[in-house]
Amino acid sequence: MSDVLAITEHRRGELRDVSFELVTAGSDLASQSGGDLHLAVIGGDVDAFAEELALDGVDTIHTVAEGDEFNHDVYVQAVTALYEELDPTYVLMGNTVNGLDYAPAVAEQLDLPLVTDAVGLENEGALTVTREMYASKVESTVEVDAGTAAVTIRPGEWDVTEAAGEPAVEAFDVEIDDSRVRSRVTGFEEVGSGDVDIADADVLVSVGRGIEEEENIELVQELADALDATLSSSRPIVDNGWLPKDRQVGQSGKVVTPKVYLAIGISGAVQHVAGMKGAENIIAINTDPDAPIFDIADYGIVGDLFDVVPELIEQFE
Amino acid sequence: MKVLVTVKEVAEVEEDFELDGLHVAEQFLEYDLNEWDEYAVEEAVQLAEEDDDVEVVSVTIGPERSEETIRMALAKGVDRAIRVWDDALEDVDLLDVGAKTRLLSAVVEAEEPDFVLTGVQANDDSFGATGVSLASAIDFEWAAVVNDLELEGDVANVRRELEGGVEELTEVDLPAVLSIQTGINEPRYASLRGIRQAQSKEIKPMSLSDLGLDASAVESDLELTDMYEPETESDAVYFEGDAGEQAAELATVLREKGVGAQ
Repeated sequence: MSDVLAITEHRRGELRDVSFELVTAGSDLASQSGGDLHLAVIGGDVDAFAEELALDGVDTIHTVAEGDEFNHDVYVQAVTALYEELDPTYVLMGNTVNGLDYAPAVAEQLDLPLVTDAVGLENEGALTVTREMYASKVESTVEVDAGTAAVTIRPGEWDVTEAAGEPAVEAFDVEIDDSRVRSRVTGFEEVGSGDVDIADADVLVSVGRGIEEEENIELVQELADALDATLSSSRPIVDNGWLPKDRQVGQSGKVVTPKVYLAIGISGAVQHVAGMKGAENIIAINTDPDAPIFDIADYGIVGDLFDVVPELIEQFE
Repeated sequence: MKVLVTVKEVAEVEEDFELDGLHVAEQFLEYDLNEWDEYAVEEAVQLAEEDDDVEVVSVTIGPERSEETIRMALAKGVDRAIRVWDDALEDVDLLDVGAKTRLLSAVVEAEEPDFVLTGVQANDDSFGATGVSLASAIDFEWAAVVNDLELEGDVANVRRELEGGVEELTEVDLPAVLSIQTGINEPRYASLRGIRQAQSKEIKPMSLSDLGLDASAVESDLELTDMYEPETESDAVYFEGDAGEQAAELATVLREKGVGAQ
């Protein structure tokens, strides 16, 4: 029997989707061995969150009323205390920016083997975790021999659990050692938007690493103009300073759902796909026929953008 | 002040490749400095440029081959380097976060840095956890996924890049480990002078026994059991022919969707 402790996540008063995905992953994992799924909600309006999390497959929700927003020092203390109280076999957390800010410390302090960014979990005697490597070109499986583990799951890989359940809700008291809280969140800022909001565009021409040089951005801008579309990009273009941050599509940029998304020289890393998979029509132009972008594309051109884009511009002139 | 910056030589896989057991066959790999570490190195070097009293030391866990990559960091302004390697590491398929933490903790103990910078993740195995795990082990404070950094006395004022275009502003007490996100700065190219100077900078090899550790330090509870190419799930309609033909077919589809119609 393997009990699972899953740690939910919230930000600025709302539970994040990964919390509901953790319920799915956690209840699958617990039920494979007849164990219980314990959920923890730490900080914020824990009672309201607990109501939302009263879902199928959850046995007990532990509320820890400490602080409003995420603070990794508080999370580490709360999760280690819960672990010691509940003695679960597995601790599941989200492979999110905040997950990666506390999960490794939890694993280190509890001396648990840590597997991050799981895209699959199987419990057949030992826990087997599926992960991607080398920018999603390779998948691997990792077996955990310790009988216990801390695992972070990739957002968007599991369905969210929606069906209601009747878990017990228990307040969990933790004595937070304030001398161990050595970081303070002082605020949040939205990345400034310029005059263009890519989330409002019907047609996006989006450019990635394949454009190679800053001076080539002009070529895709020309295409965007010819198509009466808005220009957006993947992360490396913004990191290089070739386009402003408000043009970035992806996990850390904007989530867009245009009618047409034309991905040019974008390989389709998971962080990018998270921001555009909801587009109605996805068209990809890439030299690499195995690029992951083609997995979600509706239309594809395997070819050199420097050959195809000028021809396409000509078609619309 | 001494800044320790962790760097990793990572392999990139070519477009077409083959697997050899639990590895990508060597001839399809190209080695380079991990992208995130480029930004961590630049951030450390900028700190040293602002203040004469800052020494920047890089640490790598890697075989002799990785010295070429380490030299690139030295050419960009890192003062000296440490390379941890040991025969016991040769046969390790998967050096997990715990093992890396034990090795790097021993280096921290020997070097006593005031400040540690890491990349957010390595783009080969993408664990994304070493910095925070290390901080916990050496009792430093930390922040993950930092895209802006200002030091102010005993505090680092950082921005953490959250999802969805939101940044978190956080004060972090020093000493600390920060994991650095791409885009925080503009990594420089090594100058010819820097490349020349790097030839005479020290890369100190350290074995497990040099670090006061034994082979148990690199044992792992994680075992790599399989590696395969994910099945492509593409059901895209592909446009064939030369670039002109592909563009013409695409233009037809785009017009059907109402694109470009004024």
